[in-house]
Amino acid sequence: MIHPIPSGTRDVLPDEMRELRAITETLRGVFERHGYGEVYTPAIEYESVLHRAPGSSVSPAYRVFDDHGDVLALRSDMTVPIARLVATRYPTADPPLRLCYIAHAYRAVRPHRGQMREFLQAGIELIGAPGPSGTAEALTVLCGALDAVGLSGYRVGLGDAALYPNLMAAFDVPEEARARMLEELGRKDLVGLEREVRELRLPDDAAELLVRVPQLRGGADVLGAEEGPVAAAVGNLRDVLDLLAPNVAERVIFDLGLARGLGYYSGAVFDVYDPALGAPLGGGGRYDDLLGRFGRDLPAVGFAIGVDRLHAALSGEEHAGL
Amino acid sequence: MNRFGLTIAVPRGALLRETLDLLDLLEVDTAEVRANDRKLLFDDAGIVTMRPSDVPTYVEAGAADIGITGKDVLMEQSERSVFELLDLGFGTCTMVLASVDEEPDPAAEALRRLGVVRVATKYPRIAADFFERSGRQAEIVEVKGSVELAPLTGLVEAIVDLTATGTTLRENRLVVREEIAVATARLIANPVAHKLKAEAIDEVLERLRER
Repeated sequence: MIHPIPSGTRDVLPDEMRELRAITETLRGVFERHGYGEVYTPAIEYESVLHRAPGSSVSPAYRVFDDHGDVLALRSDMTVPIARLVATRYPTADPPLRLCYIAHAYRAVRPHRGQMREFLQAGIELIGAPGPSGTAEALTVLCGALDAVGLSGYRVGLGDAALYPNLMAAFDVPEEARARMLEELGRKDLVGLEREVRELRLPDDAAELLVRVPQLRGGADVLGAEEGPVAAAVGNLRDVLDLLAPNVAERVIFDLGLARGLGYYSGAVFDVYDPALGAPLGGGGRYDDLLGRFGRDLPAVGFAIGVDRLHAALSGEEHAGL
Repeated sequence: MNRFGLTIAVPRGALLRETLDLLDLLEVDTAEVRANDRKLLFDDAGIVTMRPSDVPTYVEAGAADIGITGKDVLMEQSERSVFELLDLGFGTCTMVLASVDEEPDPAAEALRRLGVVRVATKYPRIAADFFERSGRQAEIVEVKGSVELAPLTGLVEAIVDLTATGTTLRENRLVVREEIAVATARLIANPVAHKLKAEAIDEVLERLRER
């Protein structure tokens, strides 16, 4: 008999499970060595609690009513549940807190796109450590973890979620245009972004910066010439770079247009790219305002690695003979 | 592989010739593609050819680093995670709402009498968004082939389709009622290639901007 399972979910059989387990055990070992204690939280939470996090794209995709009429939701990431956990379980503990997880999260998918409805993430949250030192620690753990599993070709793109909003504020871009421009940037539509900028009829140098900055990416030299409104964010990125050991710093490329989809990022953000995979295999960033929403106002940074994507990237590198 | 080290997704069909002319400007060898309309994969030139609507699929997955396709395709597949880098300015078409050339307009008449209009299209997402944005109710009927047939047979009262010259519409007794969007060819890039092959992609961009 053939019995179906929902699209975007899958069974894992022993051969693959052994490989996945080897990856997660290695990741867990690296996290533990850096002092991160593993936690597990319920897959279903009260929707009203998850909704304390700002940003629409983190909103959970699957909800049910329980027997009291409360709405329960499947978590769409681990960051928000851990913010809830820290505020509730560690209301007075001295920061910084170092927590890690290897757990499933759930998101909506479009049919026939090869997207996963249920996916396994491995990540850390460093709570109470402000940037740039906290950011540098997270990047160090991230690269340590990827090195430990044997990924060789990866790069970490580093940007700042506050950079573009600050730039728009510095040029007095009207509020409603700011939202549209961030939306174009989030959609990676640089043609649409340029059209929005042209419609603002700003002085040439301002328009030029608004169009060019999101396209800046590469080595430390892309940070070189930036002055004026972007100097503060660029200074933050440079401070992070200065704190990194050479083996981590050589993995970093700067990406001033990096706009991660989640609404709660406040400062440095990063994505992990590998030439063997067409999509980022993980990422993270600073969310200095998120914990405050849960009543424990602490700066924080974290990342999540997609375990299946990491597995695919490792296989891809092996296939390419890297 | 071409001098940029980039795999390029090239659309067959209406955009093919101008796309190849553009690649010639970039000194990518297109002679074999021009000579062969059955072959799909051209390793020496770093070119893969496909239907325009498949270009975002290959580029999003990283099977091609960059690609060229119409804005209509990108609008219909708006959730694809690809960078839209440049408006190439050719292949201009207009997405229109059209209905049979008679008075009163059957589409407007349906909305007035029934409060809903039936619309056939190959672009269900664009059509649905258009009617939603303008606060009108529409029942979208997706068809794969000649959309012009649908209003003539009474399947629907209107169509949403792409038109370049309007000839096909006129020949089928259809008239443009509203313009929805203008679509041109766009250069798109895979999000990982955009970071890891930044220099090559920026060089392509630079040269296309200067043309």
